[in-house]
Formats: sequence, C-alpha cells, structure tokens
Amino acid sequence: MSDSPILSSQGLVKRFGGFVALHGIDFGLMDRERVGLIGPNGSGKSTFVNCLTGALRAEEGRVTFSGTDITAMPAWRRAHAGLARSFQIPRPFRGLTVRQNIAVPLSFIAGMSDQAEIEARADEVLAQVGLKAKAAQSPKSLSQVELRKLELGRAMAARPRVLIADESMAGLSDSEVDEILDVLMLLNESGIAIILIEHIMRAVVRFSQRLVVFVAGAKIADGEPREVMRHPEVVRAYLGQ
Amino acid sequence: MRPASALLSGPRAHHKALRALATLAICAAGGAAVVFALGLAGTDYAFLAAYTVLQFVALASAWNILGGYAGYVNFGVAGFFAVGVYTSVVVYKTLQWPLIFTIPLAAVFAGLLGLGMGYLTLRLRGVFFSIATLAFSIVLNTLIVNWAFVGGSRGVYVMHPASIEPFGSYARYLVIIMLILAIGCVLIARAIERSWIGNGLAALKDDEIAAECAGVPSLRIKLFATTLSGALLGAIGAPFPYFITYVDPASAFSLTIAVNTIAMPLIGGTATWLGPVIGALLLGTLQQVATVTISSALNLLIVGILLVVFITVAPNGIVGFVKGLREKRP
Repeated sequence: MSDSPILSSQGLVKRFGGFVALHGIDFGLMDRERVGLIGPNGSGKSTFVNCLTGALRAEEGRVTFSGTDITAMPAWRRAHAGLARSFQIPRPFRGLTVRQNIAVPLSFIAGMSDQAEIEARADEVLAQVGLKAKAAQSPKSLSQVELRKLELGRAMAARPRVLIADESMAGLSDSEVDEILDVLMLLNESGIAIILIEHIMRAVVRFSQRLVVFVAGAKIADGEPREVMRHPEVVRAYLGQ
Repeated sequence: MRPASALLSGPRAHHKALRALATLAICAAGGAAVVFALGLAGTDYAFLAAYTVLQFVALASAWNILGGYAGYVNFGVAGFFAVGVYTSVVVYKTLQWPLIFTIPLAAVFAGLLGLGMGYLTLRLRGVFFSIATLAFSIVLNTLIVNWAFVGGSRGVYVMHPASIEPFGSYARYLVIIMLILAIGCVLIARAIERSWIGNGLAALKDDEIAAECAGVPSLRIKLFATTLSGALLGAIGAPFPYFITYVDPASAFSLTIAVNTIAMPLIGGTATWLGPVIGALLLGTLQQVATVTISSALNLLIVGILLVVFITVAPNGIVGFVKGLREKRP
C-alpha cells in the first residue's frame, strides 16, 4: 500500500439552501482498503458519496483521486479515472438488456469497441455477480437482489480502482447479504479499494478494515471497527444514550 | 472518451463492411423496384404521393435519434426542416447549384444550428427542453418572415424544369432523391441504435446521473445527437422548395410537418429504428388515401385520433406492443 490515500476529501462542505448536509469532511481511502461508512439516516453518507463521485458539487473543500484534484470534474470523467459507484436505490437502464447495462461502462470507460469482446467481457462480469443466466433479459424482470447485483456488476465492469457501494444490501435476506458480501470481497481481492455504506452492522463489521461514522453531516469517528463501535459518541448516536 | 471512428473499428470490421455493403445493395434494389412500380402508375401523382410518404419516413427516423433514443423531445422540427428549405431557396437565388449539392450544404447549416441549439438548451430536461426547441423554431420563423431576400411572409417561387436527364420527369427525380435520403436516414438511425452511442443514449434516456456514473459523457453525446438529428432534418428540407415550387413561411414551418414528424415515431415506437419507419409508412399512406378519397383537411385529425388511441392502448408504439405480446407468449 502507498502512504498517500487513493481517494480523499479535505474540508468538504455541502449545503442545501440553509441546511448544511456536510460540515467540512476530511476523509482518506488507501489503495485496496475496505472502509465501512455508517451513520443514522440523514447523517450525510449518500450526500458525501454524491460529492465524491460528482453527482453533486460541494460548496467548499476539495476531492482528490490518485493525487489529482477532481473537485470540478464531471461525474463521467471521475468514472473514467477509475471511481465507480452503485446506488442506494438500484438505477438500471431499463431500455437495455442486462448484458447491455454492463456494456455501457465497457464501451465508454474501458473503450472496448468490438461487439464480441464486449459481450464476452460482459458475460464474465455477469458470471462473477451470478447474473449470467439473465444476460439477455430486461432489468424489469430482475428481483431486488438481482438488481443490486446488476448495480455492482455495472460499477465493477470497467475494473475501477475505487468502488463505492451505497447500501447494496438494504432490504435483503441474511443469505442474500452474504452473497453480496462475497462479491465485494472478491472485488477487493482483485485490487479494488471499496467504501461500503451500510446499515447492516453484521455485514459492515465483517467487511471493513476501518470504520467511519457520520452523524448530522459530521465525521465523529474513524478507526478499527470494534474500537469505533465502542466509541461513546457512536454508542450515543445509535442507542440514544 | 473513445473516438467516433471506433464505431466501425475492431477485428470484425471487414465482416461488418461486407454486411453494410450487402445492406446497401438490398436497399438500392428495393429502391429501384419502388421507383419502377411508381412509374407503372403512369401519372406524376404517384411520385408526389410517394415523395410525401418517404419524406415522413426520413423525418421520423432523423427526429427519433434525439427524441426517441435520448428521450429529448424536440418540438423544433419545423425549424430544422425550414433551415434546409431556405438554404435551398438562397442557393436557388444565388449560386444556382444542382439540388444534390445543396442538400449537403443544408445539412451543414442545420447541423451547426443543432449544435448551437444543443449548447443552449441541453442542460434543460423534459418539457423545458421541448418548450425551448419550440421557441427556437418560432424565432427562426420570425427571422424568415422579416427576410425579404427569401420572400419574407409573401413567399418565393422556386421553379424546376419539367424533366431532367436521365431520370425523366422531375417528380421521378425528386422521389429518387427522397428515397436515397430516407434510406440514408433509416440506415444511420439503425447504425446509431446498435452502436455504443445508441447504448449511451438509451442509458441517458433512462437515468442521466446513473449514465454519467457509468462513464457516459452526457452533454457530448446529446450534442452529437442534436447535431446529427438537426443535420438530417435540414437535408430532408432541401428538396422541398422544388417539390412545392412556391415556398412561404407557412409551408416551410408547417404544423403538419412538425406534428407528423413527432407523432409517427410515437405511434410506431421510439425505442428502435423500425418504429418510426412503420409509423411513417402507416400514417403517411393513410393520409395520402384520405387526401384522395375524402379531404386533406382530415390529415391532422387522423394523426390526432391515432395518437390518442396509441398513447392509451400502446404507449410504447406498434413495435413495443408487438414485443410485449411476444414476451407474454409462453
């Protein structure tokens, strides 16, 4: 691992009108690291991810990726640089088949142009996430867990350096959570640094090498998962003591 | 971002080129058969009716690249069409170029206008984009009405010879030109739909933020679609002055052309290249039959009724409806 983070934010501030959603967040993700990001609903996790990936622009602060300042970069350029994400609510391209959904980043980010190569690589990705049998189907026919797998497949297709998985396990059964966790672990083993935003503590603790906690738009803890879970402010935020 | 040349690159490029040649040969043979069959009617009316239907096939296919694939409903169709019409008028009054040289010039002007309009309007979405394109068409209309050189509001005559060698009658010549334009528009629309650009446009149509996060450069690809769609709409407008021989703003910015161009893909289905073709052939032919048997005043009424029926019964158009039925089949 290199000493400097692959993805970092310095003093990130995001406001919606008079409401301050992020209060100067400093954050760093090391290469190949697995970080869990937790916090109660409305604590600013998704807003933070949106600012990192370019879906939202922060009012103050900066975001750097691989040593480059990407604060002003549009989302598609960040994706080309190797920053991928999945969405809290699956957002498949419903007008395309499952395979074509995977083909989009392969064409636009990986720059593949040969149709046969694209299909072969898309099928490889779909096999990794367990969706190969559904390749020719419309995303409309997929179940919730399959849609989440498609989200992950699309995010990982162009082999990003960082993947941000935003609540990829929400609403899934225990066995389905384990399936998604296995996919994420596999991706991490292939060299991708991952930020996992999740409410399912069992999954977060099992997955994360480091845990970051947001409350009301501020980072209140950052460290080894079991230590962070014992942090008084974290306990207060979660249990209301 | 990848270069546009990647559309036709890769190890299978040779095979693709052969397939493209075969497709062109089939289109040429089909086109020749259509022109021959029309000649059997023994009257120029068959050519004029065919011209109108083919013009709608071309317009619907060109409009669908932005309106159907990307989901950006362009109400400014008449504006782009009129740019082609008035490019032809200006060339007729100044350079006197043959029509086949005027068409590319019209495409360039309308394409540049599409690019400019795209820069100004593509950050708007949904109905706001549509209203902006309508406003663009109205601004152009006002400019033309006040431009005396092209006839202003009273219009201008564009005369053509009765015959042109080796095509015979001028009506036959116009049909051949429109047939080539229609085939060209359909083939371009088909190529776009099946390319990575088509996948990008479909992704944008579904979810612009998710598409950007999947690496789709939304503004660039929309500008490409606006420019290409605009250029084709302009090219289709270029032969129009020679077809009607008297051009005024009311005919160039015609409501019939604008409404039909949008309604035909909606009725046929906007998701594929085939939808606009089916919609245009169906509606265009129906309107020609109604014009001859009852009255041309019924044309827009037919479109209106069919549009209401299809939006209610088959919102994804004929192609979407048939596809839905096939998927339901056990």
